[in-house]
Amino acid sequence: MKNGGGVEDSVVVSTDKLVRTFRVGRSELVALKDVSLEFHRGEFAGLVGPSGSGKTTLLNIIGTLDTPTSGTATVLGERVEKLSPGQAAALRSRQIGFIFQTFNLLPVYSAYENVEFPLLLLGLSSAERRKKVTDALEWVGLADRAKSKPTQLSGGESQRVAIARAVVKRPELVLADEPTANLDAENSHKILQTMVGLNRDLGTTFIFSTHDEKVIRYLRRKISLVDGKVANDEARSPNTD
Amino acid sequence: MTILKLAIRNLRGAGIRTWLNAVALSFAFVAIIFGQGMLQGMNKQVEDASTAFEFGGGQYWQNSYDPYDPLTLEDAHAPLPPVLDSLATAGKAAPILVVAGSMYPQGRLKPVLLKGISPVQKVIALPTAALGDTTEELPLLIGSRTAASTGLALGDQVTVQWRDADGAFDARDGRVVEIMHTSVGTVDIGQVWVPFATLQKLAGMEGEATIVTVAKGMRNTPVVEGWNFRTPGYLLSDLRQVVQAKSVGQTVMFSVLFLLAMLAIFDTQVLSVFRRRREIGMLVALGMTRARVIVLFTLEGALHSVLAVMLGTLYAGPLFIYLNRNGFTIPGMDTFGYALGDKLYPAYTAGLILGTTVLVFVVTTFVSWLPTRRIAKLNPTDALAGRGT
Ligand SMILES: Nc1ncnc2c1ncn2[C@@H]1O[C@H](COP(=O)(O)OP(=O)(O)OP(=O)(O)O)[C@@H](O)[C@H]1O
Ligand SMILES: [Mg+2]
Repeated sequence: MKNGGGVEDSVVVSTDKLVRTFRVGRSELVALKDVSLEFHRGEFAGLVGPSGSGKTTLLNIIGTLDTPTSGTATVLGERVEKLSPGQAAALRSRQIGFIFQTFNLLPVYSAYENVEFPLLLLGLSSAERRKKVTDALEWVGLADRAKSKPTQLSGGESQRVAIARAVVKRPELVLADEPTANLDAENSHKILQTMVGLNRDLGTTFIFSTHDEKVIRYLRRKISLVDGKVANDEARSPNTD
Repeated sequence: MTILKLAIRNLRGAGIRTWLNAVALSFAFVAIIFGQGMLQGMNKQVEDASTAFEFGGGQYWQNSYDPYDPLTLEDAHAPLPPVLDSLATAGKAAPILVVAGSMYPQGRLKPVLLKGISPVQKVIALPTAALGDTTEELPLLIGSRTAASTGLALGDQVTVQWRDADGAFDARDGRVVEIMHTSVGTVDIGQVWVPFATLQKLAGMEGEATIVTVAKGMRNTPVVEGWNFRTPGYLLSDLRQVVQAKSVGQTVMFSVLFLLAMLAIFDTQVLSVFRRRREIGMLVALGMTRARVIVLFTLEGALHSVLAVMLGTLYAGPLFIYLNRNGFTIPGMDTFGYALGDKLYPAYTAGLILGTTVLVFVVTTFVSWLPTRRIAKLNPTDALAGRGT
């Protein structure tokens, strides 16, 4: 398997025979079935599959927001199913960044405050916060929009702020659930290029879910999910023109 | 600290809704303090005046004396016991002889209580010194209310009649030597004050008294056989009941106000938890525990009370300070039927303000917390997907 330039090969996320079922009325819905995967530091990987194939469910478990029905998920050395809510929260707050499809930003906060939020939770000093937030906004090219409220930002800009917020604390792992689903082609490319750059410069591991062809072009690894099962897992040479 | 900062940010972000809630709550806050301060002021004023003009440090009542039963008056007199007599001599007590009688101002009969009191007493604030000036005619001290209802003016002559110790009627011409202004109606309405020794002689009750009022602040009042000591608290209880009755009505009023304000905040919180569930999911994803999110939301609600107290202080503070210093006139205040005086000085005490502030804080926090409990049951993944409550 290929890894980001020069980054040490170590396992960031692994799942073993992961199963997640939901009770829907009287029946059981199997959202994930025997998913066994490994993600290494510095990967830029995508979960691809049709709607309902289990992409969000898998990302939620990797993000310690949900627990498997059976099987195991190990994230940054921690067994997800064994974490207490407090431990899981601590792990998320230090090591995992999230980017969602919509409603990414805290509505009453400015772009700056949104990016600052994870650092407040970590209890950083205001000087440290200012430096990191300014850097992060610069990485995503929005230093000049720091004071804008989410309602004053375009969809693409909002997503870039969300990316800045996800990476501002320099997490090991960024999970992005269909980050481009609501964006046009141009913005999608910008977002992906931003993330590719951060992956390369910071060595952060990115795991996506998407069914967007534009995104798939950028992936170095494409995992196809069908009906909650891994149908295909291939390394790719990204095409990033 | 962080959570407080976040809560303040969120409140600021909520804008007008926050201020509406805070204003509503501040009305309740101010109303409670205003109303309670007025009552406490009334209470204090009434008690102070009654203590000064009537009750002093308590009263000994001759065993048969019952102010609610005029018929007992006939027997309610007894020789002044030596203990009380020496207290009176020492200026620490004022014996009073009460005799039922009547006046005939402009030929009309008006039943009154004749009260004999020593002109030199200093135990209560009645201007009894005036009773010492005249010798020929029976000098009379009446209050302004009695003067108004009888048409008597200073220097007027009026026939006074009473029943003596043997039950026989006797009469004498009296002259009004002083008309006093007092807020204490009970020493005015239907009362005619005359010199103690004179009344004893006229009524054939020499050396006798009905009531012995002791000086304010006197402790260790002796037990006296045949006389009941009534403490200031006992004597003031009627007045307190009047104020209490007014207080109940007021409590109902501001409870309703408070309830409405609390409903508004409860409602805001319920809505907030519901509408912001994606945000809640996001906060959890960003690394907050649900317990912390609950603290955050509760704090947001509770901060309304801080805003309300600040707002209330801003607009009502100066008014309260002014009223506290200068008092205010309630039209027809004299008709309240108890000793209020011309002006009411509300008592906005530190205790009242602090107590109300704490009450508002505690209740607001509790009401803010109630709806946030469902956050604990909210699954973060559902919340992120906009599912669930
Ligand atoms: N909380 C839940 N309760 C019941 N069923 C659920 C729940 N969450 C997910 N599912 C079901 O599990 C399956 C997988 O859902 P998931 O959201 O992971 O799919 P997805 O691949 O992310 O789809 P999409 O592309 O539409 O986002 C779906 O059939 C979905 O209806
Ligand atoms: Mg999904």
